[in-house]
Amino acid sequence: MLRYILKRLGLAFLTLWVVITITFLIMHAIPGDPFAKEGKTPPAILENLRRHYNLDKPLHEQYFIYLKNLAKLDLGPSMKHKSRTVNDYIRDNFPTSAHLGLQALIMSSILGIILGIIAATRRNRLPDYLCMIIAIIGISVPGFILATVLIDVFAVRLDLLPPSGWKSVKHTILPTVALGMFTLAYVARMMRSSMLEVLGQDYIKTAKAKGLSPVKVLFKHAFRNAILPVVTVLGISAANLIVGSFIIERIFGIPGMGKYFVQSIQNRDYSVILGTTIFYSIILISMNFIVDMLYILIDPRIKIKSGTKKKTAYSEALITQNHVCQNMGGAKNES
Amino acid sequence: MKRKMLALISVLLVLSLFTGCFSDTTSGGNKVLRIVSGGEPGSLHPSLAQGTHESIILDHIFEGLMRRDENGNLVEGVAESYAVSEDKLTYTFTIRKDAKWSNGDSVTAEDFEYAWKHALNPLTASDYSYQLYYMVGATEFNTYDLEKGSEEELKKLEDAVGVRALDERTLEVNLAQPTPFFLELCGFYTYYPIPKSVQEENPDWANDGSTHISNGPFEIVEWNHDESVVTSKNKKYYNKDKIKLDGIEFTILEDQNTEWQMYQSGELDINNNLPPDVLGTLRAENNPELIIAGDLATYFYRFNTTLQPFNNMKVRKALSMAIDREIIVEEVAQGGQIPAFGIVPFEIPDGNGDFREIGGDYFSEDLEEAKKLLAEGLAEEGMDSLNFTLLYNTQESHQKIAEAIQEMWRQLGVEITLENTEFRVKIEREHALDYEVARAGWIGDYVDPNTFLDMFTSWSTQNDTGWTNDEFDKFIEMAGNEFDANKRMEYLHEAEAILMEELPIMPIYYYTRPRCEKPYVKDTFKVINREVCLIYADIEDVEE
Repeated sequence: MLRYILKRLGLAFLTLWVVITITFLIMHAIPGDPFAKEGKTPPAILENLRRHYNLDKPLHEQYFIYLKNLAKLDLGPSMKHKSRTVNDYIRDNFPTSAHLGLQALIMSSILGIILGIIAATRRNRLPDYLCMIIAIIGISVPGFILATVLIDVFAVRLDLLPPSGWKSVKHTILPTVALGMFTLAYVARMMRSSMLEVLGQDYIKTAKAKGLSPVKVLFKHAFRNAILPVVTVLGISAANLIVGSFIIERIFGIPGMGKYFVQSIQNRDYSVILGTTIFYSIILISMNFIVDMLYILIDPRIKIKSGTKKKTAYSEALITQNHVCQNMGGAKNES
Repeated sequence: MKRKMLALISVLLVLSLFTGCFSDTTSGGNKVLRIVSGGEPGSLHPSLAQGTHESIILDHIFEGLMRRDENGNLVEGVAESYAVSEDKLTYTFTIRKDAKWSNGDSVTAEDFEYAWKHALNPLTASDYSYQLYYMVGATEFNTYDLEKGSEEELKKLEDAVGVRALDERTLEVNLAQPTPFFLELCGFYTYYPIPKSVQEENPDWANDGSTHISNGPFEIVEWNHDESVVTSKNKKYYNKDKIKLDGIEFTILEDQNTEWQMYQSGELDINNNLPPDVLGTLRAENNPELIIAGDLATYFYRFNTTLQPFNNMKVRKALSMAIDREIIVEEVAQGGQIPAFGIVPFEIPDGNGDFREIGGDYFSEDLEEAKKLLAEGLAEEGMDSLNFTLLYNTQESHQKIAEAIQEMWRQLGVEITLENTEFRVKIEREHALDYEVARAGWIGDYVDPNTFLDMFTSWSTQNDTGWTNDEFDKFIEMAGNEFDANKRMEYLHEAEAILMEELPIMPIYYYTRPRCEKPYVKDTFKVINREVCLIYADIEDVEE
């Protein structure tokens, strides 16, 4: 076990390095200047700014300066928000995103699992149809539309909840629903199909034939196996949710980190692009790791054998980057 | 298993509680005006600020040598008086005795000298330092190449900048050339003072609400990043008796629709950033809460005059004459914008009245005439039809306008392709003249026609059309050196006439700044080049 953990840690660092390098190169390859404005800034001032942020140096020098600072856990200053550093963003904004994300994750996983079980056990009956209607709405309605509708109904028309801000528990309700709805729907659908598959297995029939109560069959025998694919989904969803959502944070005016993933690219704010990518990669890698550990916990049949999980740092980095890019461009339900 | 799951959920719930942190924003007092300032301020340091969402906060917490009074007139601010030399190159300001920083220290002439030199120092890397280039030696100091030079030389250049504190209360400023709008600039945020002693002790003083110090009508109580900037009335402000509000709460929010919903649900007193469709509805129903103020900005298209057939004046003119600006502002932009037939917007005085009104319209819309001109122009270039690509930066409003113009040009017999790209990419391509026709907008830096005209000189780095005209250059240069205000304006009118005759750009409309105010909000106003001013505002009926 310890050997496996150490191996995974080594791979994680290698993955991170590949992510940093690829992001660094891509970031500098895309056109656009961090300091460009509508023709206003005289060239001499642009030079001052470039010098200030080391952008006047050759690319390899910039890369090594960045790695050197990174080793000291210094992610650098923002080029857009001059009063803040990337470390400030993470320190100040991540707790809010994590709070909102965890709330959304808890809501979506609990409700999603419950809805999935109800739908599976009441297959082709009214509860199944109702659950699946909720799931279809959650998957097909984009987050920004759901958020706008929620604000309009619950804040403007009914005056029950505040439309924006992050001041009290009341302020978290609408964004939690808007953020968690997609995951809820996804989990519900996955739980339903997974449960249906498991309920059709021979050992379930045997358990029923033995005269076990339906509740016992459901929770003792079926649930444990049916939950495995859902846990996998939740691992990735957790990473997506807790680092923050650009659209949801923007609409509800939440001081989270999500918007910096997107804005940093629009602003060509190099240090923020790299800093948020590294941070997100760490979260994603950690979540993958936690999911692997949960697998072992939930299903003891999954044993750790050296060599069974062969992943190269490069392939894992590509997977990680793919998720980062997805997040930066807005999650699927937000685009 | 159940226990394990329960344990896991409990851990997540506890984590969720621990990671959550809510801020409690109070500014003490009943009359707190609530408004959205826009995105997170990049900086609330006068030398480092660079955007409108920062300026609206800075304008309420700082005060320069000049300020706006309750009627929006430019009057003495931190300076109790000033004198201008006969050649209009030397300004001597006397600082008020009772001008104080929010920590109780006196605002001195040295704070101004220090602040302006701090902004100009190339090591500060200030985006807006060019606003100070009107002073003697400012450009040389700011553009000094640190790589090739030495610290001693830099110090010498700093000492040569034309701003000097003669004593604690006297500030002398030497300008490189007569600048009629210099007093106006003295109210701009790059010209605000900074507390020298505080800056030297803690260079990060402006990054946090708890260490922030200012000298204006309001001071920062809390800066909750990405959430709000809460201010309260500055009790040390010399003119505090004129201030009726207890504070202003600036919410940090970028979504127009949410801002509107907050305004509707009573969480905001002023909505300064209305969504276009809401604006259209409000205008149609003559909503009394809607106020449409002017703005110092023009929306236009650039022609790349280095390319055929945009090198031909007749083609450019035909394209300009063929669009219906009234339809664009009424049906598409919907914000009460004003169709533009010149580049300089309204509300800029020229000594004899409004510069725009005196200058008048330089061309008219006439599709039939445009068709004739286009045919002639194309024939001169050996072409019989015109197809090109219009470049604009990705934004829904720009796209809608581009689509409307595409349809209007189709009536002229011109087919265009629309190409949208990111703002920063568009700017790079414009600089490189890698476009045919491109969308543009210009926000004036100061209230003077020159800010809209001098960018089209041959030496300007902001021209981006490839167009040059010696006569135009001459008029701009003459205006720059002219001591007589009337003659100067004449030259600027001449320059605009040349620009509008040759049309390297196609003006579309003059921007406006619409806002909504609740009926209980009183005494706000907006001057053309600034955000809405809440300094003297009042709340008549405070809602509990």
